[in-house]
Amino acid sequence: MLKSLRSQLTTLWTILSHTFTRAETVQYPEQKPYLAPRYRGRIVLTRDPDGDERCVACNLCAVACPVDCIALQQDVREDGRWYPEFFRINFSRCILCGMCEEACPTNAIQLTPDFEMCEYDRNNMVYEKEHLLIDGPGKYPDYNFYRVSGLAISGKDKGEAQRELPPIDVKSLLP
Amino acid sequence: MATIRIDQQEYTVRDGDNLLQTCLSLGLDLPYFCWHPAMGSIGACRQCAVLQYQNEEDQRGRLVMGCMTPVSDGAIFSLQGDKAQRFRKTIVESLMLNHPHDCPVCAEGGECHLQDMTVMTGHRDRSYRGRKNTHRNQYLGPLIHHEMNRCITCYRCTRYYRDYAGGTDLAAMAAHDHIYFGRHEDGVLESEFAGNLVEVCPTGVFTDRQLVHQYTRKWDLQSAPSVCTACAVGCNIVVGERYGKVKRVHNRFNAEVNGYFLCDRGRFGAGFVNLESRLEFPALRRPDGRYDALDHHRALEHALRAMEAEKVAAVGSPRASVEANHLLRLLVGNARFYPGWSRGEQGAAIRAMELLRDTEATVPDLAQIETADAVLILGEDVTNTSPRVALSLRQAVRNRARDMAGELRLLPWQDAAIRNLAQDTRNPLHIAAVSNTRLDDVAASHTCLAPPDIARLGAAVLEELLPGEGQHFGDPTVDALAQQIARDLRQAKRPLIIAGAGYGNTTIMEMAAELAAALCHGGCEAMLSLCQGEANSMGLALLTGTGGARVHRLEDMIVQGDIDTLLVLENDVERRCSRRGFKLLRKHVKTLITLDSLDTATTSLSDLVLPTASFAESEGTLVNHAGRAQRYFPAFPPANERRPAWFWLLALAHERGIEATSRLHQFDEITRHCAASIPALAGITEAAPRSQFRAHGLRVPRQTHRYSGRTAMRAALSVHEPKQPQDEETPLAFSMEGSQRDTPGALLPYFWSPGWNSNQSLHRYQKAVGEPLRGGTAGSRLLYRQGHATLERAAMPGAFEPRENQWYLVPRHAIFGSDELSALSPPLRELTHPAWLEITPAAAQALQVIDGDGLIIENERLRGYRLEVRINPSLVAGCAAYSAGHAGTFGLLPGEWVTLQKDPDWQRREPAVIASDRGGVA
Repeated sequence: MLKSLRSQLTTLWTILSHTFTRAETVQYPEQKPYLAPRYRGRIVLTRDPDGDERCVACNLCAVACPVDCIALQQDVREDGRWYPEFFRINFSRCILCGMCEEACPTNAIQLTPDFEMCEYDRNNMVYEKEHLLIDGPGKYPDYNFYRVSGLAISGKDKGEAQRELPPIDVKSLLP
Repeated sequence: MATIRIDQQEYTVRDGDNLLQTCLSLGLDLPYFCWHPAMGSIGACRQCAVLQYQNEEDQRGRLVMGCMTPVSDGAIFSLQGDKAQRFRKTIVESLMLNHPHDCPVCAEGGECHLQDMTVMTGHRDRSYRGRKNTHRNQYLGPLIHHEMNRCITCYRCTRYYRDYAGGTDLAAMAAHDHIYFGRHEDGVLESEFAGNLVEVCPTGVFTDRQLVHQYTRKWDLQSAPSVCTACAVGCNIVVGERYGKVKRVHNRFNAEVNGYFLCDRGRFGAGFVNLESRLEFPALRRPDGRYDALDHHRALEHALRAMEAEKVAAVGSPRASVEANHLLRLLVGNARFYPGWSRGEQGAAIRAMELLRDTEATVPDLAQIETADAVLILGEDVTNTSPRVALSLRQAVRNRARDMAGELRLLPWQDAAIRNLAQDTRNPLHIAAVSNTRLDDVAASHTCLAPPDIARLGAAVLEELLPGEGQHFGDPTVDALAQQIARDLRQAKRPLIIAGAGYGNTTIMEMAAELAAALCHGGCEAMLSLCQGEANSMGLALLTGTGGARVHRLEDMIVQGDIDTLLVLENDVERRCSRRGFKLLRKHVKTLITLDSLDTATTSLSDLVLPTASFAESEGTLVNHAGRAQRYFPAFPPANERRPAWFWLLALAHERGIEATSRLHQFDEITRHCAASIPALAGITEAAPRSQFRAHGLRVPRQTHRYSGRTAMRAALSVHEPKQPQDEETPLAFSMEGSQRDTPGALLPYFWSPGWNSNQSLHRYQKAVGEPLRGGTAGSRLLYRQGHATLERAAMPGAFEPRENQWYLVPRHAIFGSDELSALSPPLRELTHPAWLEITPAAAQALQVIDGDGLIIENERLRGYRLEVRINPSLVAGCAAYSAGHAGTFGLLPGEWVTLQKDPDWQRREPAVIASDRGGVA
């Protein structure tokens, strides 16, 4: 009996004492909480330092996606670069887990701290490439996949990628 | 059997296999590159190293190459041993020294054997700090994409291309680390089997050039087991689809039929499924000649109204399934069903069926063709009519090498040793054709004769085998050759005679059958193979039987106005009848209803067009040239108002109240009805499991377990995801749910196994490496030694006598172009030449034409045929060979005599522009 009375009083005291502490609730959206730069929110597609699309449509983000909300179709541009003919993310399914970003071999797909995506119509949650593609390189300002990769594109011939020797002359007899 | 020990575990294995093969058959993971089950071992890549111990006391062991080590009783091995693992890891690292950093932009990624093996060995970071070698790529034609930087120099490509497929224009060039696999210069790869490089290459050096654009990874493909429709061989294929388009065709292993390889016509010939000219909606012709689209209810109403006419007839098709043809025949009745061959084709197809049905000889599948030890090809250009057979024949002539190896107790997989031993020693292959063929390089003899003379050569060989009335050819060289051929055939244990419908000459096929019968009487296991024209020629021949309606009756009836409504099933009548007949068709038939998947000359004449689903969107049974019934399954549901042909026909039959069809509702029921009502086709129900089949209570999934994008693919149309399409007709599901375990061979939609993403995972589905699939070999044989001995000596056919100023027409088939549908596939269209007429240099001189000029072809029946001249020095004098199946030669019949004259108005064709000329990205 005494024990339960003590418990009741402790509870009352704890509750009342909180009346004088600072409230944790913020007046969102007038007040915005701090979000770390690496917070995982809305997904964007970035460009390489030369201003070209980074995405090479390798499909790794799509296959890594646990909710299968990324669909794309590869094609090859005149200059030899692979690019997504369309790139679609269904944000109404996306769980912002960031697996796509981890899987991306070209640092193209990145998650941003923006999470404010509210729509009255769910169809507006489907983002196409023109909605996803931003103008900058995002978190990785220097990386350019085609400078590293051995695939030749116009403006970068065989042997001009990182740590590559010039193409071998097959007909030469020299060692 | 031998008992060996691998990592302290005892296994009982087959004696004489190599260790790599044994490990894979046991389900153990041992990485490899250069070894291929169809090509044997050379020990080039050093990847399959394992430790072998001398005896129980040996603790150190020594490294041996798995693929070069025969297993023998009591041998002790270790795959997991430290030294072996370290060695394999180092080998992968050294193979990858120059590998470019381009997996994301490589069309092999996700099904790359090199990726799999790298992960399997555990290699991750390269320690080499030097710079990488690079290479320039080559343009290898519209089929194959070359990216030489990815090469790991395993030599599989040249071993396949040169040693296995007999190509000459792909080779290893330069030396040491400059080594380069390619042609001596840019250009289209010559071999008809070059497409297999895509599957043979363990990495992305050779990839499917069509797939590099609009590429889809293997895990994203929705696939179904299918059967190639490009010729009558019926190779088993896997059709992969994404976003409603057929993306690629890959080989589906069938130990009896195609084994590991396809021809390029089959691999790259399915592009017609994606064409813009595919029909999407039923269409009704307006009086002004334009068409209105209808929905299928109204289309059926119109069709029914037209079929109420008194005189209704139907034309079937040798490229449509057995079931569709069967339903069509039920719909109009036996007497008014015409199989849909042309005049020449019908006789040849029916005769071939009869000969194979009644022969005492074995009717071989491709696997059996590969066991032949003497071959005679009588008047068939197999490389161009049934291409995959030619690849098997190249293996058959190598059996001599294996016999020689057996005598020296070399094991059959010791590839380099056997090739060194045999050099150019081959089993005899004798070819008689109207001109040179692509198999001449491995032939013991090659003779150019006119078709009637080829039959006479057959008779002369028969005379040597069974001396009788002294029927000799008359020409001493040919008679000596006949003696030689007879000697070779008699000495063989498994002689094979090949003929076919290619020249439209039934006498040649009859001679071939008699030769096979004579050899059977001689006590050996003779084989008889007759090549057929189209995917279901044999099925249609079995369906109609000997007494089927003749096609010239149809033309007569059309002219007499005896047909009010004509139904045409998946057949372009323009290809089958004379030009005059085709004109009359429109004039005399009141209502023409056509069911087809593509816009053809016939559909654009029709009053009502019903769009059918292609082979990739529907199910059906085809019977191949050896009488093997095989089922194809839809890879994706047909879009819009496209329906399988059987579906349209069944709906029509129901509405018409056809008694026999009243209880048929599903595809399986049609198959069963067909099997029950036609004894010759009784076996077709065994071609694949019924639609109720479940493995472990589950359907077979068409999608891989990592199929991506399901919730976004259709989101552009609506964010609300529709239910997955249901498949009531087959045991497969349009979904990733289900089980691939214990799937029958006829239902395997793709090959994948944990750790084995590439097509090398196939060995996990086989009983043992190279052996039939665990789920059983797909298909069921309808003709198998039902024959009985009938030895009739036919009279010696009349000799071919060239005529003054007249030429004997012979069809000449082309691998790319002669088959109707595959010729429409975009990559093959680039390799297809416009229609031509081949003549001898002497004839060209007499007619005063050169290559590329035009000729007018005429006789009392033919008017207005103009074809481009090609001069062929190997062609028989007095013959002119026209390109069969090409627009411009429809209506020409084999064996006709024509006059030729130079076309004064002929415009010479500009040289064709190919992709490399356009400066496309190599």
